[in-house]
Amino acid sequence: MAEVLVYVDHVDGAVRKPTLELLTLARRLGDPVAVALGAGAADTAATLAEHGAVRVLTHEAPEYADYLVVPQVDALQAAYERVSPAAVLVSSSADGKEIAARLALRIGSGVITDAIDLEAGEKGPVATQSVFAAAFTTTSRVSRGTPVITVKPNSASVEAAPAAGGVEALEVVFSAQASGTRVTSRTPRESTGRPELTEAAIVVSGGRGVNGAENFAVIEALADSLGAAVGASRAAVDAGWYPHTQQVGQTGKSVSPQLYIAAGISGAIQHRAGMQTSKTIVAVNKDAEAPIFELVDYGIVGDLFDVLPQLTEEIKTRKG
Amino acid sequence: MSLRIVVTVKYVPDATGDRSFSDDLTVDREDVDGLLSELDEYAVEQALQISENSDDDVEVTVLTVGPEDAKDALRKALSMGADKAVHVEDDDLHGTDAMGTSLVLAKAVEKAGYDLVISGMASTDGVMGVVPALVAERLGVPQVTLLSEVSVEDGTVRGRRDGDAASERLEASLPAVVSVTDQSGEARYPSFKGIMAAKKKPVVSWDLSDLDLDADEVGLAGAWTVVDSALERPARTAGTVVKDEGEGGRQLAEFLAGQKFV
Repeated sequence: MAEVLVYVDHVDGAVRKPTLELLTLARRLGDPVAVALGAGAADTAATLAEHGAVRVLTHEAPEYADYLVVPQVDALQAAYERVSPAAVLVSSSADGKEIAARLALRIGSGVITDAIDLEAGEKGPVATQSVFAAAFTTTSRVSRGTPVITVKPNSASVEAAPAAGGVEALEVVFSAQASGTRVTSRTPRESTGRPELTEAAIVVSGGRGVNGAENFAVIEALADSLGAAVGASRAAVDAGWYPHTQQVGQTGKSVSPQLYIAAGISGAIQHRAGMQTSKTIVAVNKDAEAPIFELVDYGIVGDLFDVLPQLTEEIKTRKG
Repeated sequence: MSLRIVVTVKYVPDATGDRSFSDDLTVDREDVDGLLSELDEYAVEQALQISENSDDDVEVTVLTVGPEDAKDALRKALSMGADKAVHVEDDDLHGTDAMGTSLVLAKAVEKAGYDLVISGMASTDGVMGVVPALVAERLGVPQVTLLSEVSVEDGTVRGRRDGDAASERLEASLPAVVSVTDQSGEARYPSFKGIMAAKKKPVVSWDLSDLDLDADEVGLAGAWTVVDSALERPARTAGTVVKDEGEGGRQLAEFLAGQKFV
């Protein structure tokens, strides 16, 4: 059976959920061969094997942390040359998309980014994408070379499928470009203890109607009662009420959770672009004319400062 | 010392209009007004700020690849304060994908001459966000991408990249390719004086032959990806919207419980 390369997104050996989703999709196309790079790479093997990796290629070197993107491209190219895969899959993170695109260019292949589904087709993998602020759904193929495809988080379920997962050392010779962009310092983002925005099953977002950084406590309290991630509209981020890393929308993150709760968000096209594919959408807004209500499964015209605390209390009571 | 900055910009269909596809499954440019991609305004702004903060002689060139109308995007950037513009226009460019676009941009940037290329983080139509990295790969120069803060001093570009896991400070020697996010700084509005001055600024037009490119390297024919179908997403079924009469939170909890979220 054909092999499919899966680029592993991990933090010191802890595999991130989107990579496990990729393994599910990779199995539709062939046998997944995982590529894990950097500190802790070998520690990913057990988890990857449990989710279907027939082999795990690893390489540890300081270059992956000290320089931007290109060392990963060099390594993935080395893995590509060793495996001759039928496809290469990468998670749709900022780094992931850049790594995928540069690899594709080097190996003379087309690249598709932000797939939300992937199936085997007669002429190669068929990728489904959601475009124009989710107004259209397209299917695309790579027509030249080995398909390189990045997939959005939450596009597939995580399924256990035990496989051999034997660890093999990957040999990598770094290119002259690898050391071009130095990382001179790195400040880890403080953990909030909440799920990652793009990976969360439930997202609670606040917008202009939250009216102040301190008022985001109301959003956070509801999120915590549901085990949800917290998002923010661009208006709230631009006002400095919440960090840009949590921005949902065209210029921020696009999310596709099981449940999206928008509080004090009017629903401008730029915001809708980032959340329109959520399965269930709930909105609370004082303005009955807000466009967000066109999208909702359930909407409440009311003051978020009345509705959210009451909702949070009720959820806590029900959960006991 | 002098510093040559080339800002790549894209003319895109207005996101607030009803965007759609043509029969050949390329973006329909007829039915919706176009404009300078909002995210590229930030790139123009950073180029102008680097120019204003520099003791060197800085020249800011804006570059676009696109149909006749795309000149509007160049005019906007010129009226913000860019010095000159390059328009790559050729009928054979219709349907060019990200790979082809990066090829045309890399050739044009080389022909124009550059020390620094600045791009927006993504276009507001395709939203792939890979073209800056591809241009860097083609030019063989460092990519310093997705910056929320950027500065240039003594032949070195520095910036801050705010990722999911960490905020990183980056640096690279020029020449380099930079892309900036919407957090890099509000883009200025063109002044009346700027708009008048823009009318006198040079706009150079190049076609594929000027860039030593063949028609089959670009356009739909040269694309390395194919769109097989594009379907309008069905409208969401109208949901329940209720007015809060004091029990809104509890009603919502009931709804969420019914959907098994609680």
